[in-house]
Amino acid sequence: MNEQRSVADLLRAARAAIPEVLPAAVDAVRRDGRTAIVDVREAEEYDQGHLPGAIHIARSYLEQAVEAEITDRGRPIVIYCSNTTRSYLAGRTLLEMGYTSVVVMDGGFNGWKAAGLPWQAEMDLSPAQRQRYSRHLLMPEVGTAGQAQLLGGRVLVVGAGGLGSPALLYLAAAGVGTLGIVDFDVVDLSNLQRQVIHASDRVGEKKTESARRAIASLNPDVTVVAHEEMLVPANVERIIAGYDVILDGTDTFETRYLLNDAAVAAGIPVVHASVFRFEGQLTVFVPYEGPCYRCLYPTPPPPELAPGCSVAGVLGVVPGIMGLLQANEVLKLLLGIGNSLAGRLVIFDALEAEFTELQLRRDPACPVCSDGVRAARERGEAPILSTFPPDAPFALGGTSFGTSFGAPTPLGTTPETRP
Amino acid sequence: MSTIYIPAVLRPQVGGVKSIELPGTTVGQLITALLVQHPGLGGQLMTSDGELNRFVNVYVNGQDVRYLDGLATPVGDRDEVRLLPAMAGG
Repeated sequence: MNEQRSVADLLRAARAAIPEVLPAAVDAVRRDGRTAIVDVREAEEYDQGHLPGAIHIARSYLEQAVEAEITDRGRPIVIYCSNTTRSYLAGRTLLEMGYTSVVVMDGGFNGWKAAGLPWQAEMDLSPAQRQRYSRHLLMPEVGTAGQAQLLGGRVLVVGAGGLGSPALLYLAAAGVGTLGIVDFDVVDLSNLQRQVIHASDRVGEKKTESARRAIASLNPDVTVVAHEEMLVPANVERIIAGYDVILDGTDTFETRYLLNDAAVAAGIPVVHASVFRFEGQLTVFVPYEGPCYRCLYPTPPPPELAPGCSVAGVLGVVPGIMGLLQANEVLKLLLGIGNSLAGRLVIFDALEAEFTELQLRRDPACPVCSDGVRAARERGEAPILSTFPPDAPFALGGTSFGTSFGAPTPLGTTPETRP
Repeated sequence: MSTIYIPAVLRPQVGGVKSIELPGTTVGQLITALLVQHPGLGGQLMTSDGELNRFVNVYVNGQDVRYLDGLATPVGDRDEVRLLPAMAGG
């Protein structure tokens, strides 16, 4: 026969089993790198204010979520809610699950604030934003804090073409707050087979303007910064400055090398993809943590070996798929979740529906990102000229590499090629 | 016999096939065998000095041969050799 127990009985038992500590004592251990401070209140309460560094696990999800957050059953845990009731009920559950070092913070968050201890609030989302991003907010990996990071994120998309179009749409939909778009072209009817951000009634319009209109109607939270110019050595540093991540959706080797060199110098990660007919390549270049574009391809191929989409053709969905995989990498970088593709190259073969992964390495002799060049750059010195391969096609001039290279190779000239 | 996977950009030179089985115990031998069958690839893969062109990467089982033994990298029967050319389309 079941014994009937009231909530008061449960609480009495929990209080007997779980020690209580004062906020000041919690403040003393909260940065020890070992103690887990767990906020068991609902998401709205947490967002309005919580202890710095607290792990949020609403009591309603405690059993499902705590094992992933706190794997070590012996790790010291401090639980708090607004006062103490939910903390004791949560603590009882943790003891039942085998956690051995559980205490409750006396007075809860109210007591913490009354003691004048530091706390922080999440960015306040409007009711409309809560609804718009609800599918993000439901996932603890994103949540309000992650959505705030996206809304504060600045992403530069170079090229509003086959790769840039789908990426821009999804990054805008995800609520990335600032999207820079570099493109000097106008929408052509032949673009519409794959460049889905543009539309038939915008043929002839500037691509930056066409993309801005599409994004504005999709998500008013997004600010579009149009860079209606060709990326050249003289403007690349200025254009990329201040962005968190760059999405490379360009279609020439000139621009890809130029962007790579400037992004490494500026320390900005580049999410890279390229397409050819039924195939695509994808990787992430994180300066100094993984290889850069020059580590992967020290020199560009001769033009006849690397025709662009306008010559060779491309199945429209291929840049769509690759562009969305780029957007995925961008979102992961902004949110700081998952494993990026840095150091890995994914090849997609649409005809076989096959993905192949290759390992990439930093080239210790890379003229742009090797440790020696990095050290020289950090000292404010130009890299040693002899480390730059003589067939390097597009040495970046200006302050990034100092001036010892002499005049940069003008863009648009055909690189040195072999037969 | 090892399998060399041919990227789309080079397939017109090999009759459109995706992969070719070739004899050889090193990457260099496989590529030599490939060039005997398809001489048209020569200028695209190799320099006049007999080195790999720097815009074509060669991977054995996902590893770049530049960080293995280059053309002397050994290949076995079941190894997968992949040519990876740079492409710019976007």
